[in-house]
Amino acid sequence: MEVPILKQGHYLIATFQAALTDEDLLKLQDALVERVGKFRSRGVIVDVTALDVMDSFAARTLRALAHMVRLRGADTVIVGVQPEVAFAMVQLGLTLEGVATALDLEEALLLLNSRAKGVGARAR
Amino acid sequence: MLAYHTHRIKGEPPMSKTRDNLPEVTVQSTAETSALLRELVAHLRQNRTQLRQEWARRITEAKLLTAMSQEEIFAEATSVYDNYVEALETGTFEALQAYARNLSERIIPRGVETHEVVGIVLLLRDVLARSLFAKYQHDFGLLNRILDAYEPAANRIANTVAVGFVQERERTIRQQQEAIRELSTPVLQVRERLLILPIIGVIDPQRARQLTEQLLRGIRTNRAKVVVIDITGVAAMDSNVANVLVQTVEASRLLGATVIVTGLSPEIAQTLVTIGVDLAKMNTVGDLQGGIEEAERLLGYKVVPFGESIQQA
Repeated sequence: MEVPILKQGHYLIATFQAALTDEDLLKLQDALVERVGKFRSRGVIVDVTALDVMDSFAARTLRALAHMVRLRGADTVIVGVQPEVAFAMVQLGLTLEGVATALDLEEALLLLNSRAKGVGARAR
Repeated sequence: MLAYHTHRIKGEPPMSKTRDNLPEVTVQSTAETSALLRELVAHLRQNRTQLRQEWARRITEAKLLTAMSQEEIFAEATSVYDNYVEALETGTFEALQAYARNLSERIIPRGVETHEVVGIVLLLRDVLARSLFAKYQHDFGLLNRILDAYEPAANRIANTVAVGFVQERERTIRQQQEAIRELSTPVLQVRERLLILPIIGVIDPQRARQLTEQLLRGIRTNRAKVVVIDITGVAAMDSNVANVLVQTVEASRLLGATVIVTGLSPEIAQTLVTIGVDLAKMNTVGDLQGGIEEAERLLGYKVVPFGESIQQA
């Protein structure tokens, strides 16, 4: 199942609808990294609210995605990690270090906006 | 006690000899045992007052049950004595078990220890055995048979009471543990998007896990952006708990919340450094006040005294 990528102003928004296969994840990664350049986006938001499991491959891919997007000149924010998923992830040592996270889409937009203005929270 | 031992040692060789040479004694019928027990019970009933007093005296002498007054000891001694005799008579232990449980329930809160309970039951066993020695000292064969009937029953009674006490104690401990667990730590919202999690007392792995789950759920339902975890009330912390703390911080971050840990005591700080827990990912502030101020800064709040203009501040 492919993940739709929406363009909203300066940002790209990708929302997971269901658990993805490894292949789909890589496709999404490629698509996002490519479009960041194409649309000259300043930020990428990946919404994982619908996921009730996150395996190590998905976590690694998201981290790689964030770092690649960073190299292309934009910020990535992961939003909507469920409490149970977060708990399981830290127990497996998948902490998405160096990747910004936010509670939901609204928060992510606020975070990216504040970064664009150069005030408020720095990259954690 | 010494006299008792001597008696037993003297008494044993003839007993084994009796068993070897006189098969009719070895094959003691249940009927005979119960007859002996009846005789025994009659003896104990007859000397109830005297034996009871002797027992209470010995308890005081041995400095057992110091948490209880003389009168209480005597009252309990009477009840235990009667239950004891009844158990000997009927051979059923349910009533005694129930009484032991009831007694334990009453005396555990008063700080009576296991060794005291075992001690008084063994004392009673001793007092009764001595009275049997005194009564049957002229007829050694009969004494042996009486003891054959008495010892197993007495042992079982001692066992029942001790086990009852220990079980009751364990039950009390379990209950208290549950009560403590239920006094779980609240997740409090102090400001829009700011949560406080004050942790007090000992953190075991189970409680740590519960805390984490509660906090993560709290972050989601309150849409929190900053969480202050205050561990001023935590006396000690081992590497397991420290790791759970680190995991909680990381999990909260995955949800999009920043965690500030406050109130690390010098001892805990030293422990954590010694065991090499990686606290680099943690945002720590000295005390709760500082933690809340830092949280307000992160949230963009500015607290100014009333009357002062906000532009100035």
